[in-house]
Amino acid sequence: MAYNVYYEDVEVGQEIPEWSRQTDFMHWNRYAAINDEFVYIHMDDEAGRAAMNEQGAFGMGNLRFAYFHNALRDWAGDEAYVTKLGCQFRAINQKNDVLTVKGTVTAKREEDGMYLVDIEMNVENQEGQKTAPGEATIALPSKSGNHNLPG
Amino acid sequence: MTSQPETLVNQEMLDKKDQWSEPNVSPPVSVSDIRKWGIAVYWPDTPPRLFWDEEYAKSTRYGGIVAPHDFNPFAWPVEREVPAARATAAGGGVGTRGMNGGQTDFYEKAMRPGDVVSTSSALVDWYERNGKLGLTLFSVTEVRWTNQNDEIIKKRHSISIRY
Repeated sequence: MAYNVYYEDVEVGQEIPEWSRQTDFMHWNRYAAINDEFVYIHMDDEAGRAAMNEQGAFGMGNLRFAYFHNALRDWAGDEAYVTKLGCQFRAINQKNDVLTVKGTVTAKREEDGMYLVDIEMNVENQEGQKTAPGEATIALPSKSGNHNLPG
Repeated sequence: MTSQPETLVNQEMLDKKDQWSEPNVSPPVSVSDIRKWGIAVYWPDTPPRLFWDEEYAKSTRYGGIVAPHDFNPFAWPVEREVPAARATAAGGGVGTRGMNGGQTDFYEKAMRPGDVVSTSSALVDWYERNGKLGLTLFSVTEVRWTNQNDEIIKKRHSISIRY
């Protein structure tokens, strides 16, 4: 069983572990292959520049969305369940960017038998630029064992 | 000089509000698709065993392999719709420029191998603001994913921006 984190051990203000990737065509092309996302702006520098990005091709927002999930999963473990995740894409993922998912717990509450934790999140690049502000809610197991985990 | 319209809401939007699209149905979710998805989004690290190791997955509360929340069972359709060129895209000017305003997913049920997923969407809301881009329209589309048992997998609220 992968119970990494219990609700009772989480505190408001706590930061979750950072989750990082240096992204380039090896990551983007793999993602294109599974999500059928072969779009020129993600594959071809000339197309990226034509789309007003001077550095050329750029990464998929959907891949950054996946990275948010990965950060939460790696922190909380398989048994926890993300019930809400949202973000806005504010800056481009350039080739070779080191993207780091960060999160801070903002609230915790019990609701319908679920032990829920709200987390303010973002994906920062290597320059500290916040590229995708987001927010998540995750249902965690309780040490009482009396928890409702969706999924 | 282009005059500022009073609203970017058009008749097409009024007609489409709360009108749910015909369902789009996925092929059955496969173990192999889940494994590949895990590999791609965790590359170059090994993905969690929950996505590829049936023996491990059986030991979890799911009782077997499940797909990552962000898994897309609709990728790679055999027949594809060629999107019609939007009439507004060519003209330029106020209300013809657009961007992705972001998305929020509300998850209820995991996708499992063998699941057949249906999706339907509707324009559910909009609002306008006068900001640094001038008059800006935020349109909210809700997308519902259900499985073959009519259980909600997730609801997505996505926001598109026109200005």
